Amino acid sequence: MLQIDLWKRVLIWLVCAAGIMLALPNGFYTRVEQANDAAADIIVKGETPERLETAGQWPSFLPSGLVNLGLDLRGGAHLLAEVQVEDVYEARMDALWPEVRDALRPERSTVGTFRRQPGPVDQIRLKISKPDGMARALEVVRGLASPVTSLTGAGATDIEVAAEGDILVVELSEAEKLASDDRTVRQSLEIVRRRIDEVGTREPTIQRQGADRILIQVPGIGSASELKAIIGTTAQLTFNPVVGRGSDADAAPGIGNKVVPSLDEEGFYYTIEAAAVVTGEDLVDAQPSFDQNGRPAVTFRFNTSGARRFGDYTAENIGSPFAIVLDDEVVSAPVIQSHIPGGSGIITGNFTVEESTNLAVLLRAGALPAGLDFLEERTIGPELGQDSIDAGKIATIVAFVAVLVFMGLSYGLFGLFANVALILNIALIFGMLSLIGGTLTLPGIAGIVLTVGMAVDANVLIFERIREELKAGRGPAKAIDEGYSKALSAILDANITTFITAVILFAMGSGPVRGFAITLGLGILTSVFTAIFVTRLMIVMWFERRRPKTIEV
Amino acid sequence: MRLRLVPQETSFDFFKRAKLWLGISALMMVVGFASFLFQGLNFGIDFRGGTTIRTEASETVDVGAYRDALAVHGLGDVSITEVFDPAFEEDQHVAMIRIQAQDDGEAISGEMIETLKASLDAVAPGIKFVSVESVGPKVSGELITTAIIAVALAIAAVLVYIWLRFEWQFALGAVAALVHDVVLTIGVFSELQIRFDLAIIAALLTIVGYSLNDTVVVFDRVRENLRRYKKKDLSEVLNISINETLSRTMMTSVTTLLALISLYVLGGDVIRGFVFAMIWGVIVGTYSSVFVASTILLKLGVKRDWSKQANTTGNQFGNIDA
Repeated sequence: MLQIDLWKRVLIWLVCAAGIMLALPNGFYTRVEQANDAAADIIVKGETPERLETAGQWPSFLPSGLVNLGLDLRGGAHLLAEVQVEDVYEARMDALWPEVRDALRPERSTVGTFRRQPGPVDQIRLKISKPDGMARALEVVRGLASPVTSLTGAGATDIEVAAEGDILVVELSEAEKLASDDRTVRQSLEIVRRRIDEVGTREPTIQRQGADRILIQVPGIGSASELKAIIGTTAQLTFNPVVGRGSDADAAPGIGNKVVPSLDEEGFYYTIEAAAVVTGEDLVDAQPSFDQNGRPAVTFRFNTSGARRFGDYTAENIGSPFAIVLDDEVVSAPVIQSHIPGGSGIITGNFTVEESTNLAVLLRAGALPAGLDFLEERTIGPELGQDSIDAGKIATIVAFVAVLVFMGLSYGLFGLFANVALILNIALIFGMLSLIGGTLTLPGIAGIVLTVGMAVDANVLIFERIREELKAGRGPAKAIDEGYSKALSAILDANITTFITAVILFAMGSGPVRGFAITLGLGILTSVFTAIFVTRLMIVMWFERRRPKTIEV
Repeated sequence: MRLRLVPQETSFDFFKRAKLWLGISALMMVVGFASFLFQGLNFGIDFRGGTTIRTEASETVDVGAYRDALAVHGLGDVSITEVFDPAFEEDQHVAMIRIQAQDDGEAISGEMIETLKASLDAVAPGIKFVSVESVGPKVSGELITTAIIAVALAIAAVLVYIWLRFEWQFALGAVAALVHDVVLTIGVFSELQIRFDLAIIAALLTIVGYSLNDTVVVFDRVRENLRRYKKKDLSEVLNISINETLSRTMMTSVTTLLALISLYVLGGDVIRGFVFAMIWGVIVGTYSSVFVASTILLKLGVKRDWSKQANTTGNQFGNIDA
């Protein structure tokens, strides 16, 4: 009847012990956190006596996983950014234009002269003077297409070329747009990650959300604006040929050119060719340095293909000005003095040392391929988070004590068993949270408090059932046994339905709500475990020892 | 001596005034729904976009002065409320400022926040912005959709689960109770104009889970008793089942309420609305599992001939005592 195999008993106690061990570090949060940080530093930066001492604050044979605190508890900034994936289409078209031009030039005899027409930025529209040659023009331009490199777009080409009367239209194909969007978002994600890592903050969360969004959460940062400054918005570095210089911002640039302001000469504008000779993507290194006059500057080095293009261009255009453009502002426009073959150069401007350092960091991390639009920004001050933790702690303890007392009064000794199970339950929740690296949020604390209230439910179901069985005249052992087996279906049904809602919350929710779903879901799992296994084991062990003739529940 | 919330043996007739209870429930649902339609929910920025700023100053909050200081910036609808909490220090005066979504762009700009802070600093020296949250209209629209889908999905999922485990009449009864609880909760939020944000949706889903928990325990007993008392009326069987589980229903509700009330009082003002929703939900959910779910089940009737219909739709999983 009331028999539990030895291996089961051992397993149950082992699970409980493991839960307590895993939860333990959270009881010494600051100390363990410092020890973990020091241990990580030792690996990355090497050993120092202080680091060894701090790392030794927490014995290495104990688990050291901690529950992550959500932004609402720790304070920090949260940004939801949308990547403007269409930005890339324009850059692609601008880059394609010289290729199209060069490909059509030898065909002048069949297609006549051609001019790029104004149109949507994600298209190249060409008017050709001999419409009869359109077929040939289409053929030539289509020859520039290359296959799309993605799983879904297999077989498609990257550009679509069509004729509209005497206008030839080139644009990216749908398959290429999809592939390009995905690439853009992945690149942006990587660059955001690198920039945040350069600043060295603790445990940032940088995740892709949906097709074109990036979620960025950085604990411990002062404000969302600060975070935005670190990420930068586009920091796009290009080197473009200069067409002209003037003070008119609205000057007609001509097709394929654009007007951009000068960074530090107020009121001056440059007209530059929109297609860049080399872009920041070809940079392999950038370091802050000083020019020959001792002013702060940034030196940079290109990769091989960038170096070749840069070298060729400088060789062909000695004597012409050349613009170094950062985020659509001309940093400087030196005149090319000589062929620059090595692929390295220096950017000078009116920089302070700090600015040149930042620019170097920005360049090294790479440019964001597209702009970011911030859809959601949240800043939570650390004081508010601390207040919430304090309030949550007190509330949880009070809730805990109230439930313990209430259960003790209602069920006596059996209530005590349930209480031990409840304490184990909380330990198991924290243990599992630490194990899976879950995040505790303020609603998550509410989830734990709710679990405290509801966790006893399974025990209550069982105890009430045992009471009924006793009332029906069964002996103690039989009553306990029946109580457990008959209450089981109600316990499972009741908890599975609640678990379903927790899963839905987890799937649909975000941030704090998800934190709530996690603790609620874990709480259901642990409370069912403790009710069906732990309290049962405790009752069975007590029963074996005492062999009472009557029991009172 | 044990503490007992309900006597050991009870034999209340829960259906003597079934019409009255259903009437009251229906009336409350109508009132709640009407309030939702005419007064509307006090949506937080999660659902309608905009910015909330939580300020902290050492001097008492002068809502009028705050309003005047912010009016010059032409931000449209600005609402300012003072926040009280027993845990605040003597010189900790907190206010929540809510600014409507701006036309230009999604989230509010960092410069604007600094400007606002400077303006407020003039009327409340040393004012701190302890939290600033800004949600653009694009995201808030999606959040509403997601929230509605989540609640609908949760209700649908449990409907299916109960249908598989019991019979369709049980499922309908349970879902009627759920809808009742959700409508009443939304009703109370619109009537009292408590801020309705994303966390409240989490609370709503928890209420769904809790109410169901209660209903399922009663139904589980009903199923068992239907097999045991083959000759008794359905209403009698239902009454027996509810009475038998009454002690457990009360115990669980009280322990849960104890925990929630301590969180409500001590947990700080940030989650007070959330906890309020859950307290309300536990009370309404306990009531509805007895007076709504069971009454509907009684009205719908249950097929009693268990011996012959082991393979009929609906309860083929009913006998699996997992």
